[in-house]
Amino acid sequence: MESHDGAWSLKELQKLEGHNDRVWSVAWNPATGVAGVPPMLASCSGDKTVRVWEQNPSSSSWFCKAVLDETHTRTVRSCAWSPSGKLLATGSFDATTAIWENVGGDFECVSTLEGHENEVKSVCWNASGSLLATCGRDRSVWIWEVLPGNEFECASVLQGHTQDVKMVQWHPTLDILFSCSYDNTVKIWAEDGDDDWDCVQTLSEANGGHTSTVWALSFNTTGDKMVSCSDDLTIKIWETDSGKMMSGDGYAPWSHVCTLSGYHDRTIFSVHWSREGIIASGAADDAIRFFVESKDGSVDGPSYKMILRNEKAHDMDVNAVRWSLGENRFLASASDDGTVKIWELVPVI
Amino acid sequence: MVSELINANPVVYEKKERRARSAPSCADEYTVEPIDQLEIFDHLRDIKDPEHPYSLEELKVITEDAIEVDDSNSYVRVTFTPTVEHCSMATIIGLCLRVKLMRSLPSRYKVDIRIAPGSHATEAAVNKQLNDKERVAAALENPNLVDMVDECLAPTNGLAG
Repeated sequence: MESHDGAWSLKELQKLEGHNDRVWSVAWNPATGVAGVPPMLASCSGDKTVRVWEQNPSSSSWFCKAVLDETHTRTVRSCAWSPSGKLLATGSFDATTAIWENVGGDFECVSTLEGHENEVKSVCWNASGSLLATCGRDRSVWIWEVLPGNEFECASVLQGHTQDVKMVQWHPTLDILFSCSYDNTVKIWAEDGDDDWDCVQTLSEANGGHTSTVWALSFNTTGDKMVSCSDDLTIKIWETDSGKMMSGDGYAPWSHVCTLSGYHDRTIFSVHWSREGIIASGAADDAIRFFVESKDGSVDGPSYKMILRNEKAHDMDVNAVRWSLGENRFLASASDDGTVKIWELVPVI
Repeated sequence: MVSELINANPVVYEKKERRARSAPSCADEYTVEPIDQLEIFDHLRDIKDPEHPYSLEELKVITEDAIEVDDSNSYVRVTFTPTVEHCSMATIIGLCLRVKLMRSLPSRYKVDIRIAPGSHATEAAVNKQLNDKERVAAALENPNLVDMVDECLAPTNGLAG
């Protein structure tokens, strides 16, 4: 990462209004924001809708391109674009996951995935877009196979968490699935070579893990480090042996590296690791914070420092923070105040 | 509703006398008075117990002293004491407190609800549920639960809640 040892500032580019209830999550369309394609963002809300926003290239301002409504009958809690940007998955408290197809700017619901017994909390596509994972309050994690013609088939139902599963995230390069839960653990799931998925590791309090609900997790670009955040007011950094991981020679376990405590005094709902290595966090104290690995050269191992705290980023809880996938340092945040904000992190010279 | 009450004979306490609020000393009509303990208590005292025809104040489930408020930091913590240790209505009561405050306080407020330590068999589990915003949001999308809460919050005898 280009070293900037000085101060940083978070510039608010625009506030996106339109939702009639809290906004739970945002997702940047990975096929946009590059090669002249204007950036596109999806947001999902307690108002049962999903809004798609796009940046107007000439004015640089964002507008609402589409409202995806009349499908979910309860809060839409999570949204995720497929790697091709052609499909958008939305997970809802109505226990379903809807799949929307982006047909030239118009969005059509092409499939509805049923199976969870109650609220779906998170949806995530794997790196190749061949698998979709969902999880929910019924304590299960589902893996769906993406088939031609927008067909989805349940490949596996993973049991193991003893409570509500808050989020699922695929590893950025390998087909290994991570889930985090109200049971205070992070579980790691991998295929055993026989099309069966098993829990290969559980990160619990016993191995340096969290002591309360784990709300979110995120990986660095190379996929050898992971950050998790929790109701226990800490952020934890984990790492794996990248050599062993890349060699595919058996499962490479994850271990706890560092705990960032004392920076947050209310629940941390979201963390996201940028391409450049900046970790953003969104919390219940309305603030957004940024952390980077400290280059102190400490003998004890890597440490992290907070480079910026934006105290009143929103008027209410920040539920999600997501870095854009482009070359810029744009960040989107979603809040209980019903808005989405687009920010730019700028170095102060 | 359960046919057998969990606590058939609750102890009923006398309601605390309602202190009239003194007129603001400052003549400026735009001054916003900071929210204090009494104001929060006034929002909560008349909430009905889900099982008995008494208010949470009358059953001493909540007291003025069990409310900690810091208006300058927009923070409030309410500690409530269920009438019996194994009260299964504890979650409902906690939800009622949360909903009433959500509807009554400015949106800048951060609210923590907890059971008085030592007063309930599964207090850690109940506290965790009551303070999980996502669980609370999902619960409040359940019409049956909302009906129960609204009944507890409904004013009695024409006294505004």
